[in-house]
Formats: sequence, C-alpha cells, structure tokens
Amino acid sequence: MNARNRRAAIAVGATVLATSLAACGGGGGAADGGTVEIEFLTQDGGTSVPLAEAMIEAFQTANPDVVVKLQTQPGGTEGDNLTKTKLSTQEMSDVFTYNSGSLLQALNPDQTLVPLSDQPWVGDLSEDFAQVVSTPNGLYGAPVGTSRVGAVMYNRALYEELGLEVPTSWSEFMANNETIAAEAPDVAPIIQTYGDTWTSQLFVLGDFANVQSADPQWAAEYTAGNRSYAEEPGLAGFRHQQEAFEADLFNEDFPSATFENGLRMLAEGEGAHYPMLTDSISTIQQNNPDAVDDIGVFALPADDAANTAITVWQPNAIYIPSTTEDEKLEAAKRFVTFFNSPEGCAVQSEVLVPGGPFVTSACPAPEDAPPIIADIQEYFDSGATTPALEFLSPIKGPNLENITVAVGSGITSAADGAAQYDEDVRKQAQQLGLEGW
Amino acid sequence: MASTTTSAARVAALPRATRLEEPPGHGRGGIRTMYPSWFYLPAGALYVVFFAVPTFASFYFALTRWTLFDVEFIGLDNFVQFFQEPQLVQGFVNTFFYGFVTSALKVVLGLALGLLLTSQIIARGYLRSVVFFPVLVSTIGIGITFKVLLDPFGGLVNESLAALGITGPGWLTDPAWALFSVALIDVWKGVGIATLIYIAGLVAIPQEYYEAARVDGATSWQLFRRITLPLVRPATATVVVLSLIGGLRSFELIWATTRGGPGFTSDVIASVIYKQYQAGFYGLSTAGNVVLFVVVTAIMIPVSILLNRKEVDR
Repeated sequence: MNARNRRAAIAVGATVLATSLAACGGGGGAADGGTVEIEFLTQDGGTSVPLAEAMIEAFQTANPDVVVKLQTQPGGTEGDNLTKTKLSTQEMSDVFTYNSGSLLQALNPDQTLVPLSDQPWVGDLSEDFAQVVSTPNGLYGAPVGTSRVGAVMYNRALYEELGLEVPTSWSEFMANNETIAAEAPDVAPIIQTYGDTWTSQLFVLGDFANVQSADPQWAAEYTAGNRSYAEEPGLAGFRHQQEAFEADLFNEDFPSATFENGLRMLAEGEGAHYPMLTDSISTIQQNNPDAVDDIGVFALPADDAANTAITVWQPNAIYIPSTTEDEKLEAAKRFVTFFNSPEGCAVQSEVLVPGGPFVTSACPAPEDAPPIIADIQEYFDSGATTPALEFLSPIKGPNLENITVAVGSGITSAADGAAQYDEDVRKQAQQLGLEGW
Repeated sequence: MASTTTSAARVAALPRATRLEEPPGHGRGGIRTMYPSWFYLPAGALYVVFFAVPTFASFYFALTRWTLFDVEFIGLDNFVQFFQEPQLVQGFVNTFFYGFVTSALKVVLGLALGLLLTSQIIARGYLRSVVFFPVLVSTIGIGITFKVLLDPFGGLVNESLAALGITGPGWLTDPAWALFSVALIDVWKGVGIATLIYIAGLVAIPQEYYEAARVDGATSWQLFRRITLPLVRPATATVVVLSLIGGLRSFELIWATTRGGPGFTSDVIASVIYKQYQAGFYGLSTAGNVVLFVVVTAIMIPVSILLNRKEVDR
C-alpha cells in the first residue's frame, strides 16, 4: 500500500515538475533545475506559526528554487506522541521543530535524524546548546528562538507602587506576598493557572537551579538513581508550592484559569508574581503590548539566599529526519542554515520578543530589548545560572504537571506528590533503559 | 404470554432475540444461506486486519518495553508496574463509581422519561426528539460546551445559580465534584438511548393487562409495580448492559472536560492508560488495555448471563 502511495506521489511529483518547468520556460524564471518542495512542521499555538510563516517568506525570497509548505501539529504530550509516531512510521515532514534535551533523546536521534555536525553554523553555537542537541555520535539540531529562564515574572509597576524589593530568599518572597495581600487586596500575590496544567510545574522545575547550588552533584546522581525528589533539597519546590497554596496567595480562579489568563493578569496588574518561562513575554507583547516594559523577572528564591540561582531552558531546535533524501535533503539543510544566518536572525528578532539571550553568535542581541532581558542578563553576568534538569539528565517524568496541580490545589501533600513523582521518573528511566533503576 | 414476552424482547434487544430464535445448526453447514460465503470475505478481511490482528499483537506488546523504535521483551513487568501505579487504585474506584452512577441514573431517568413519553401528553413527538437529541451530538463537543457552561467564574450555570442566591461549586475543578459532574453530563448525553429502549419496551406491553388490572381495581402504583416493571425487564437488561459497558470504558467525555484532573481525582482506567500512552510508555499502556479488556469482560459476562437467564426463566 505504501509502495503504491509512493508511486502515486512520484507520478504527481513528476507532473508538477513538468508543469513548473513549462512555466519556467515561458516566463524565463530563475530556477535552473525546477523547484524542490519541502514540508516544514511546527507546533501550533503561541508564536511558532507567525515565526514559521515569516521565516518561510524570507527564505523563499532568498531561495526561489525551493518551496516550503507549512504544517502544524499540537505541542505538549500530544505533540510528543505524534512526533514519535511520525518518525517511526517514516511519515515525518522534511524539516521539523521539537524540544532539545531529554525529549530529543527520547526520539532516538541516532536512528531517526540526519546528523548536521558538518554544517557551517555549528561553530557559532554556544557550548550549552550544542550539548543538548547532540548524542555521542553527532549534532542534530539548530536553535529556534532564544534561550529563556523559568522564574518568577513580576509586575515592576506594582513593586514600585508598594515599595517592594526583589526577594532573594523564600522567606523574603513570602513577606512580599503578605505585603501585597495586605496592601493591595484586589491583587493576587501569586498567579497560578491550572486550566493549562503544564503551567503548574514551574515551582518545581524552576527551583532546580537552587537544588543544584545546594548539591552540585544532584543532576548526575539523580540520573544514576541516587537522588530523589522526596528528599531535600529536591523536595523544596514541592514544599514551596504547598506553602503558597496554604497561605492562600493564589488568584481566586486558579483551578480553571489558563496560561493566557495568567499573563493578562500579570500584565494588567491583577496579579503580582507568575512563575513562568520568560519567552511568554512574546505573548504579552501580542496581547498587552503596553505592559511589556512593566514586566521583570527574578529567580525562584531558595530557602537560603546563597543558593538562589536562575534556571535556564535552551531553545527548541529544528531537525531533519533521516527519511528526507537527495535534493529535498539539500534544500532542507539550506532551510536550517537560513535560520541561523543574519537574515534568519533578523526575522527571529522581528517576530519574537526575546525571552533571553540567543544561543548562537550568528544572532546579535537586539538593541531595543525589554527590561526583562536586563534582569536575566544580570544572572548570566554573575554566573548564577543552571540549565534546567531536562538538559542535564535524560529523565523527566511525564506526570509532573498532574502531580503539581494536585499539590498546588491542596489535594496532595508536598511529600506525597514528590514521592509520586519519583515513581513516575522511575518508569521513564526504565523505559530509557538507564542503569541503576 | 410466551409470544408477547418474545416480542418485547425482540424490540428491546434485537441482536440477542435473533440469536435465540436461530434454529440450531443453521449457518454452520452453509446449506441455505442467501449469499455465497465469499461475500463475507471483505468484511472478514477488515475484521482480521483492524480488529483480530491488533488484539493479538497487543497481547504480545503488553509483555515488552516498547519505544516504537525498539521492542524489548520484559515478561510480566508491565503488569507489575501497572498495578503499582498510584493513580490506578483511584482509577479503578472512579471507573466503578462512574459506571454504576451513570448506569443507575440512566435506568431511573430513562424509565421515567419513557413512561412520560408513552403517555398521552402534548407535543409528544417533539419531546421525544428533544430527549434523544443529545445522543446525536459529538461527545467532545458536549465536553467542551459543558466545560464553558460549568466554568465556576462566569459560566452560565453558576451565574444562574448566583442569581438565585446560591453559590455553585467548581463543578469540574473541585476535586469533590469533578467526577460526579462528568457522570451527570454523561447521563444527560446518554439518557436518550435509554429512553428510546424503554419506549420500545413499554409500547410492546399489551394494553389488555392494564385493562384487566383496572377492572380488578388496581391503583396506578400497582399497575406500574406489578405489570410495567416486570414486563420491561428485557429493556432494563439492555439499558444496564449497554450503559455499564459504556461507563466502564468511558474516556472521551472525561478527557474533554477534566483530563482526569484536578490532579488525578477524576481519572478512570481508560484515562490512566491514555496518559501512559501519551507519555510514550507504549508497552505499559498496552498492558493496561489488556487489563481493561479482562476486567470489562469479567464483569460483563456474568452480568449479561444473569440478566438473560432471568428473562428466559420467565
């Protein structure tokens, strides 16, 4: 059946080629060997589609012999599943975007992707990024967008109005929350949005830099099965989420509010703090452009101020599956290269509000960066940054978002939630065939 | 008497009645079938490719750690793992709660509506369509609609309750209410089928019995208790079996409304399995499906035998 489809596809392709050649003959077009059509798959939602459309337009202008068709699929766990299914059934688009780090490792890149180690842009990549798109056998992806941090986005205008200082320890943070609750009763001290369950994970995932400061061997020992979230310092993230719930600091509609609701609340000053990934500043730019300059960020504070550091997420990347061949492969490589060329960088800076520094030296930092970037840069300058756990360890339990919703809603205690997550992680480690589990 | 019971059964549970009336040995020898046997081939091929092969393949994959790229045989580990799932116990409890609540409410409401819609009331045909209408709407569509209606902030239901001075709960977001709310939505959607089956069962009861009983001075309650209820038993059996099976393997509505949340409070077996699948634990989720298959079979075979036997004894 597959073979027949392929034959049909070739027949159709030949017809298209013939017609386009005829068209070229008449109009004296630029292409000398006809055009190549490649398919580019990205996630729907957020800013991925506007970025992809702008990038395709710029690329086609510079490369008239290539036609890029855009495909979209959902993100999140549903997208993970689709990506794996498409790769294993050899139905993947010619170029696609996907996460870097542990999720990439789960795609089995050595078997399913085309290595890009010999490409010209590889030398420009930051070492941290190159690491999270590589296996011992090669490098597979080029960055899309900027790195971002998972930390507390806060409303600076509100902080100024109430005379608050950026907290560096958990107790200072809670003191700020109490001040906000007392002096601005209409404002939710902390925004939580469990209508989009993934947003509930930041207390835990964003706390990782603090865990690693307290115990620099944590990530490595965790991968080997010798550390767990049920014990300190890993437990701190869960514990803080429970404390925040018990102190009644969340917005009233936290069980049903969505990610976009949360950003709106933050932008309009209905909420003071929102633990979130900073690339969501692009969404604020889209929906509340006037508020972008009011938004700042600080690291989720550790119990001990000396351990407070900020957790950094590497950007997603663009990959080529091993099913892309011949002239399509060549065109796909050109498309990937374009992403990290000066023209590609210009498109990225134009469409996206950067949520952090670029990870390739080919893309210069934009000049009119919003204040949130300056906040992030301070942490980079002082060296108080750590990559998120998913970039240091291949294990990430899939049920974390449901567990953190339960902890943040007072259904499960922090200790029970952490223990459940440890169990979840054990399954993932076994699925990956790691030693020691 | 015997013939009327059979006719009621035929209306209420057509496939089973047909099977009962099949002369023994018919079809086995293929002597007097209307069509040549190879007419069965296309349907048979589809059945084998899309049902039989995947079912048997799943028994194998349930014993492996499967990434879609590689398969590693690990014996019964997946089943051990599956039964250690923290959500699983709650998933089982929730599944049974959901199955029994929806099934019981469908029987009670279906019978009540059936009685109402077979009595002489105004706009009977219109009302029958209204009751049946939700059955025709897509489950996912219903889930999304109710998610909006039941939103605790600005949702129509709680706004209306607020106008009456009642503070409605977070129907789908309060852990104490979530599963029950979804079960109620399921009943709203499915009661049309139950009503339809009951209407068919009720109209098949001969009026003579009621007339005779009335002559003997029976009250309305006695008519219902002594005549209607025993004679709609086949319909009740069908409704119970259908809605119990539906309830035990319910998934779409739960996924569209709560995704098993908040936390794991409205997870049922099917949603636990789906989450394993989403997480990429393909072997584990296949093992879960085998477990679900066994559990549903283990419950439904006795239920179905029990209900059928009573019907035949009569």
